Amino acid sequence: MALKMVKGSIDRMFDKNLQDLVRGIRNHKEDEAKYISQCIDEIKQELKQDNIAVKANAVCKLTYLQMLGYDISWAAFNIIEVMSASKFTFKRIGYLAASQSFHEGTDVIMLTTNQIRKDLSSPSQYDTGVALTGLSCFVTPDLARDLANDIMTLMSHTKPYIRKKAVLIMYKVFLKYPESLRPAFPRLKEKLEDPDPGVQSAAVNVICELARRNPKNYLSLAPLFFKLMTSSTNNWVLIKIIKLFGALTPLEPRLGKKLIEPLTNLIHSTSAMSLLYECVNTVIAVLISLSSGMPNHSASIQLCVQKLRILIEDSDQNLKYLGLLAMSKILKTHPKSVQSHKDLILQCLDDKDESIRLRALDLLYGMVSKKNLMEIVKKLMTHVDKAEGTTYRDELLTKIIDICSQSNYQYITNFEWYISILVELTRLEGTRHGHLIAAQMLDVAIRVKAIRKFAVSQMSALLDSAHLLASSTQRNGICEVLYAAAWICGEFSEHLQEPHHTLEAMLRPRVTTLPGHIQAVYVQNVVKLYASILQQKEQAGEAEGAQAVTQLMVDRLPQFVQSADLEVQERASCILQLVKHIQKLQAKDVPVAEEVSALFAGELNPVAPKAQKKVPVPEGLDLDAWINEPLSDSESEDERPRAVFHEEEQRRPKHRPSEADEEELARRREARKQEQANNPFYIKSSPSPQKRYQDTPGVEHIPVVQIDLSVPLKVPGLPMSDQYVKLEEERRHRQKLEKDKRRKKRKEKEKKGKRRHSSLPTESDEDIAPAQQVDIVTEEMPENALPSDEDDKDPNDPYRALDIDLDKPLADSEKLPIQKHRNTETSKSPEKDVPMVEKKSKKPKKKEKKHKEKERDKEKKKEKEKKAEDLDFWLSTTPPPAPAPAPAPVPSTKSPKPKKKKHRKEKEERTKGKKKSKKQPPGSEEAAGEPVQNGAPEEEQLPPESSYSLLAENSYVKMTCDIRGSLQEDSQVTVAIVLENRSSSILKGMELSVLDSLNARMARPQGSSVHDGVPVPFQLPPGVSNEAQYVFTIQSIVMAQKLKGTLSFIAKNDEGATHEKLDFRLHFSCSSYLITTPCYSDAFAKLLESGDLSMSSIKVDGIRMSFQNLLAKICFHHHFSVVERVDSCASMYSRSIQGHHVCLLVKKGENSVSVDGKCSDSTLLSNLLEEMKATLAKC
Amino acid sequence: MIKAILIFNNHGKPRLSKFYQPYVNTQQQIIRETFHLVSKRDENVCNFLEGGLLIGGSDNKLIYRHYATLYFVFCVDSSESELGILDLIQVFVETLDKCFENVCELDLIFHVDKVHNILAEMVMGGMVLETNMNEIVTQIDAQNKLEKSEAGLAGAPARAVSAVKNMNLPEIPRNINIGDISIKVPNLPSFK
Repeated sequence: MALKMVKGSIDRMFDKNLQDLVRGIRNHKEDEAKYISQCIDEIKQELKQDNIAVKANAVCKLTYLQMLGYDISWAAFNIIEVMSASKFTFKRIGYLAASQSFHEGTDVIMLTTNQIRKDLSSPSQYDTGVALTGLSCFVTPDLARDLANDIMTLMSHTKPYIRKKAVLIMYKVFLKYPESLRPAFPRLKEKLEDPDPGVQSAAVNVICELARRNPKNYLSLAPLFFKLMTSSTNNWVLIKIIKLFGALTPLEPRLGKKLIEPLTNLIHSTSAMSLLYECVNTVIAVLISLSSGMPNHSASIQLCVQKLRILIEDSDQNLKYLGLLAMSKILKTHPKSVQSHKDLILQCLDDKDESIRLRALDLLYGMVSKKNLMEIVKKLMTHVDKAEGTTYRDELLTKIIDICSQSNYQYITNFEWYISILVELTRLEGTRHGHLIAAQMLDVAIRVKAIRKFAVSQMSALLDSAHLLASSTQRNGICEVLYAAAWICGEFSEHLQEPHHTLEAMLRPRVTTLPGHIQAVYVQNVVKLYASILQQKEQAGEAEGAQAVTQLMVDRLPQFVQSADLEVQERASCILQLVKHIQKLQAKDVPVAEEVSALFAGELNPVAPKAQKKVPVPEGLDLDAWINEPLSDSESEDERPRAVFHEEEQRRPKHRPSEADEEELARRREARKQEQANNPFYIKSSPSPQKRYQDTPGVEHIPVVQIDLSVPLKVPGLPMSDQYVKLEEERRHRQKLEKDKRRKKRKEKEKKGKRRHSSLPTESDEDIAPAQQVDIVTEEMPENALPSDEDDKDPNDPYRALDIDLDKPLADSEKLPIQKHRNTETSKSPEKDVPMVEKKSKKPKKKEKKHKEKERDKEKKKEKEKKAEDLDFWLSTTPPPAPAPAPAPVPSTKSPKPKKKKHRKEKEERTKGKKKSKKQPPGSEEAAGEPVQNGAPEEEQLPPESSYSLLAENSYVKMTCDIRGSLQEDSQVTVAIVLENRSSSILKGMELSVLDSLNARMARPQGSSVHDGVPVPFQLPPGVSNEAQYVFTIQSIVMAQKLKGTLSFIAKNDEGATHEKLDFRLHFSCSSYLITTPCYSDAFAKLLESGDLSMSSIKVDGIRMSFQNLLAKICFHHHFSVVERVDSCASMYSRSIQGHHVCLLVKKGENSVSVDGKCSDSTLLSNLLEEMKATLAKC
Repeated sequence: MIKAILIFNNHGKPRLSKFYQPYVNTQQQIIRETFHLVSKRDENVCNFLEGGLLIGGSDNKLIYRHYATLYFVFCVDSSESELGILDLIQVFVETLDKCFENVCELDLIFHVDKVHNILAEMVMGGMVLETNMNEIVTQIDAQNKLEKSEAGLAGAPARAVSAVKNMNLPEIPRNINIGDISIKVPNLPSFK
């Protein structure tokens, strides 16, 4: 055996390892593929051997080959073998290979479940770590479901290294198995306050990632994050939190108000640019959310914009880029403030860096106004000419179209100009976006009625020069514009100057080289054109001319009939027959024009893209029901052709509108006119938009025209958009003059008549009336369309599944599934290493189930209300009205002073207390609530309690503290001290010094001596409170003890700063060493039977409180949990941080309570009972 | 979330690829596309880049740094801070520098597994696990120690053989060309 092993390892020496493989590949540059295939053969041999080291080596080499692009999925099973190796070295190789090559489609992945579970619970932290890392890359829904519980247990592992990995991987688990989110969330939340910064950072990371997708569910965490933000020093965590707040503020503007100050502080104090930038970003988000309600924040916006301008002007390209990025956020809500920096942004368009140019382009989108649109587009057009590289040029092209068409062509005042821009864009070579230009042309021509004449003239010119477009650039998308051109010329043929000429252009033999779908449109529109020519000729009485046109059609159409494209062929042959028929009729001198044009009569209405989807289903219509019973097979074959025909009809682009539609249209038009008539800035249009349009560019009104064109409308050939810029300027000038004149007139009138305030004559966007009274037809929607925003949501979005309300308490059914051995009996308590959560879910809870449910419902409601209340409270800067039912006297150590502030304080503490109770060990929440749930229906309410007790107070500061056992380490307790600033000065430089005793020592930062004070990690502005936590190491816990301490601080106000001190005494009671631990009755019974516990008992008289509340009090103040309760007798259990068991039997008599205790340490027990006596005496 | 981390040299040869999203058959294309996008950029332009079509939609960004012969590219979505990731790349390179003692491209070529292990201590499943370099180095050292103890006696002959192999070959990683290949780590503000 030994010999075999030695032999194996000697063999292994001469195997190729990863370095040899890499070296080999580098030495075989010429025949790399051959060499690698040879290596893969070797690897296959190695994988067949039994020696795990050889296998691991082979898998390691495979991982390298995977990176080079070779398929290694065939080795999936071998990878799993290596994963299950006992040595960490090999295990790591296996998991790395798995994380690189496994995915959801890998079928052997389901074999890994048990191996991973084993590794997760391995005693070596690196085995666990490597398993978690690997799992994070290839987790599947099945793995997530099966392992969720194991990972959740690891979240409270003693090693921070494991904790942070477990926390982080939970996000992946949530994504794959959304049901796990609610059960795991409380623990995740608890990790936000983990003592280890790495774990804390991981928890912040996960919650930020969750909240980014569904922010509203995480609004209730805002106070906690706020606390973290003010106390954390880790920049990475701060950035994440600040980014999260940026996502939350739009939902809750009050949050923004609270944030502004700490954020500005951070901006001033931090030296890290990354943090600074994120702060600025979030301040912007806050200002945006605020200013929607209040306009007086515009100054702050200006400030932000100014700051960003500095970034953009910076020589560091990264900052320039980010500045532009942040600027675009402001742009969405405050376009005006960004518009003033147009110069800078246009300058960025010339930057050599494409990323920066693209960002600048984005900004331009929001910066246009009616006034500057032409100028900006002109600039962009020059860039289009200059741009090298098609990607950037295409980007420019789409941006030009986006900018112009945004919000229903809002900024276009002159559509002639826009059409000419589109036509100019068609000259771009090699663009992919021909269809975009075509769509714009169609859209504008259909929706802007006034422009049709001009558009048609331009399009006919385009068709005329189609050879230019089609020949050189056949393969690129630009010929798509011919599709639009042909359609526009056909549809609006009544506007054509020389229809005959255009007809000929469309029938040229060259056309047959165009793509099929364009030819099809050509054929269809040729007929439309033909119909209108026929009409003209007949009206003019030129029968010969009409016949000549028909002859032309008969001559030319056959070229399309021969087309290979089915659609073209079909349409052409159909039309050819029609035309031949017409020819026959014409020969007999029958007037046909009327009938032919009737084929294409009717108005065209644009229909909203979503209109079809929004048609409501009429009542009583069942779309799934058969109209006719399904026919037999033989019959259905007859049906088919009809169905095809029906579809065909639907596809026709023409809609014959019913009369009702036209009425509706007319009504809308009326309404619009009415509105315009009431608008003082609107220049009353001449009777028809058509006429007005002709008036505007009329020559006689233009003093200087540099271009030698008589009327731009009739420009043959392709226009230059620049001409329109000049014309437009002229027009605006005239408009202004006119307006001034009118204003003067009005002023004169005003002078005569009564005094009235008139707005100052400023030239704003609104002053510029569009040249064409653009009759933008609103897109039609069906009547009673259902208003819904659902359309935009993607039902397949993986993050949608995580939109889960996290504030609701957990239901039993939501517990995570737990892998069970078949032979375990549910009644027995699970073995030691089984996680707590498991115990919880296994508890038999059949008793009074109905009632419980009712009560739980109630609780749910209450809790929810309370949560909302808490957040409201935290957000409101002024204390809310005192809670309506005055709380019963709070039985706590602090003296109840009837102060106004008190209410607030109490409430705050309550919140804190609640939070704290969640921080208790897993399961405690449930356990603490147990008596309420299991108990009889006692309506009595428990008074609100706080585990925080007063430590010391003076006029400056009030200290309250809570002491609890630490879960991670034996013999350690965590003291949480809440400091509240009651003065009007800022408290800084706070230091806590505690005199250690022999038994209790404070954990101090490394290197500081016993006499040094420990700094408090925050400052306190007036009226603010914050919590600091300190860890103490206790040697013996059997006795209560007190430690003296002093808080020193500097109180600074306007008059100056003073040093102040406050002495306090920390009281470590024995109860504070106890940790609430659930226990089962069988284990409890065993414990009592074992007999190594000492016993003691107390009795307290004069108790009025209900037994129910009594138990709750003991649970709360002394950290016990109820094991069993029968009538007025209950057994309770708890465990100390050093592992002492404490068992209690509580019995209630008429007016008294007796407590019998058993504990492994008699001193501890007697001390505990004394403390309990004190508590009970107060009841 | 970080979608992918790629390292390739000036010629587009991959030195490390780590994908945190399943890109089953497009990994090589993504590497090529990313190289194509990144390599044509000048030295003094910004380190952010949009428009990797294969790797995902408009929400994604490429954030990269160019050190000597190597490009370090992180593909991230909008939840990450751009400057933060730049700092993270810096931490990564500094950590490599510490673990390999004056890291150069050859280290990455021959020890890609080790680079993966280092990366695993920094980024897990696409989320940042640790930004503190000392913490990362501590964990890596501890794991190396564990590895060594596991190898024990059996490992010794193998190490000897590989040393002999290295001696026989003219191309030994460390002694050649270090001067111009080694990655210079500039001092930049990073996480503390």
